Amino acid sequence: MTSTIERTAIAENRNYGKRLGKLGKRLLKSKTGLVGLSIVLVVSLMAIFAPFIAMYDPAKTDVVHRLLPPFWAEGGNMDYPLGTDNLGRDVLSRIIYGSRISLLVGISSVILAGIIGMFFGLIAGYYGKIWDFIIMRTVDSFLAIPNILFMLIILAVLGPSLTTLILVLGGTSWVVYARMVRSETLSVKERDYVRSAKAIGAKDFRIITKYILPNVISSFIVIATLNVATTIIMEASLSFLGLGIQSPDVSWGLMLSDGRQYVATSWWVATFPGIAITVTVLGVIFLGDWLRDILDPKIKD
Amino acid sequence: MIQLNEELSTEEKVIIEVQNLKKHFDMTKGFVKKTTTKIRAVDGLSFKVYEGETLGIVGESGCGKSTTGQLILGLLDATEGHIYFKDKDIAGMSQEELRKARRDLQVIFQDPYSSLNPRMTVEELIGEPLVVHGLASGQALRDEVMQLMKLVGLGEHQLKRFPHEFSGGQRQRIGIARALALKPQVIVCDEAVSALDVSIQAQILNLLKKLQREMGLTYIFIAHGLPAVRHISDRIGVMYLGRMVELADRNEIFERPLHPYTHALLDSVPIPDPLFRKEHQLIEGEIPNPSNPPSGCHFHPRCPYATDLCKQSDPDYLEVFPNHFVACHYPLSDKNTNVLPEVIKTRKDK
Repeated sequence: MTSTIERTAIAENRNYGKRLGKLGKRLLKSKTGLVGLSIVLVVSLMAIFAPFIAMYDPAKTDVVHRLLPPFWAEGGNMDYPLGTDNLGRDVLSRIIYGSRISLLVGISSVILAGIIGMFFGLIAGYYGKIWDFIIMRTVDSFLAIPNILFMLIILAVLGPSLTTLILVLGGTSWVVYARMVRSETLSVKERDYVRSAKAIGAKDFRIITKYILPNVISSFIVIATLNVATTIIMEASLSFLGLGIQSPDVSWGLMLSDGRQYVATSWWVATFPGIAITVTVLGVIFLGDWLRDILDPKIKD
Repeated sequence: MIQLNEELSTEEKVIIEVQNLKKHFDMTKGFVKKTTTKIRAVDGLSFKVYEGETLGIVGESGCGKSTTGQLILGLLDATEGHIYFKDKDIAGMSQEELRKARRDLQVIFQDPYSSLNPRMTVEELIGEPLVVHGLASGQALRDEVMQLMKLVGLGEHQLKRFPHEFSGGQRQRIGIARALALKPQVIVCDEAVSALDVSIQAQILNLLKKLQREMGLTYIFIAHGLPAVRHISDRIGVMYLGRMVELADRNEIFERPLHPYTHALLDSVPIPDPLFRKEHQLIEGEIPNPSNPPSGCHFHPRCPYATDLCKQSDPDYLEVFPNHFVACHYPLSDKNTNVLPEVIKTRKDK
């Protein structure tokens, strides 16, 4: 008996080891996956270790050195590698610190929206009938209201803060997931394997979590990663409009908005946070693509 | 073959009785002006299944045979009628009662490519019924799964694999192991071998037969052609447009088919001899739309022997010979000559 247990345990270990090795190999093979993962890792590390990396306090002003260009341009120096903004704040330090809020807002509002959307999408798709009607008409109403307008109203009423920003972004974008998950659920629940689950006497909860969810998750992840990207941009837009992050906090969107006025004379103030957004978003999308592939047991190598 | 018939004739216990079963699907067409049509997938079906036997059910696509299977399993709600499984009516059960009844009623699906959850390993797939009903866990579960795998001819090393790593025949074995896990009494095989290669079909059929002997299983074997069920069935029922048109012992139905439709099905079986040319009595046309079945006998528009009587009145489903049921005004007598019995001929001339 023990030998069987040991054998299976060993086999299992080997299996996991093998799987991990395979994962690594597949990551190396997939260039986009590798690029995406590196970008996301770098940005995350940047966010986590911001105080150790940044040379200056992002809110520290130095009016004497205001609007200094980056170091390679005329008049720039290595004290402020990417230049300074209109209040003499170091652009590089602000980008490093800004990654914290941009990532936090992007990821947590997507998680929030994803959970809400997944839940309602599964219920609507699986139970159908009246549930489907109620949920989907609610979704339609959300979609009928222009997103930005809706967010502006709520933010204006509740007052801008990090929490409300996350809530608002998550609370408006869940509809996308709900719709997607519902339609996927509708197709998955008619498959024979779901019928087979019913035939063995599985309860709804088990069918939803073990049969439907794993089979809709790959499209979900793709949409979710894409949405991390849109949410970062959304946050930027809201901050740009003055309803997002408020000084002295800093996010990429806020920097973009602050730099807007100086684009003609000091391009670097808005350009670098813009590049940071673009690169991060690309990284997240690449990573999402790759994740979808590895989550599907059918796609090998 | 003979041996099976003898087995059947000794003391038969009814395990499933279907009484006047109906299943109508509503189809809504149009947006502004809604019209609802009823698809009569199963329309007044009655038959019995005896313990330990294999009942083959055959018919064209759309004749309602799969729907019947799903109704028996409680995967669909019946519109009307009863399905008694050992005196309990499946058609009237609540979801919770059905869940419990499913320990005794299992299914093997047609397409082994779509009937296994692609995200589960073989171990999870086969062990799941036991987990769901709380029958085993941990090492006991693992042992049970291994035993089931051995039973259906799968190896221990395949435990952690995913369905897509298997061939069709092996997948069907996984499906069978999953169905057997609960030690059911009745298994509905919904075209269980139709999707497989011929050589694999034989393997799976033999496996099913072996399991039946060892575990005393009762099979309801659904297929679209008679040859497919000949090998495994004790009795065979022929369905047409939601109804049973003929039901008899396997040999009886092959040697003395009474319904013209059964006849045509037998005639349509290809004979592997290139020089053989037979006088075909092929039926023409398609199976009629089940939302608007023909009047009288449902088969009359395609029947070469149809008369006015067939157009007007629906034939009763009668036991014309012992254990041989048929629903036809003019049952045929001899398969080889296609000659109508004298009595019927005269009736037809009138």
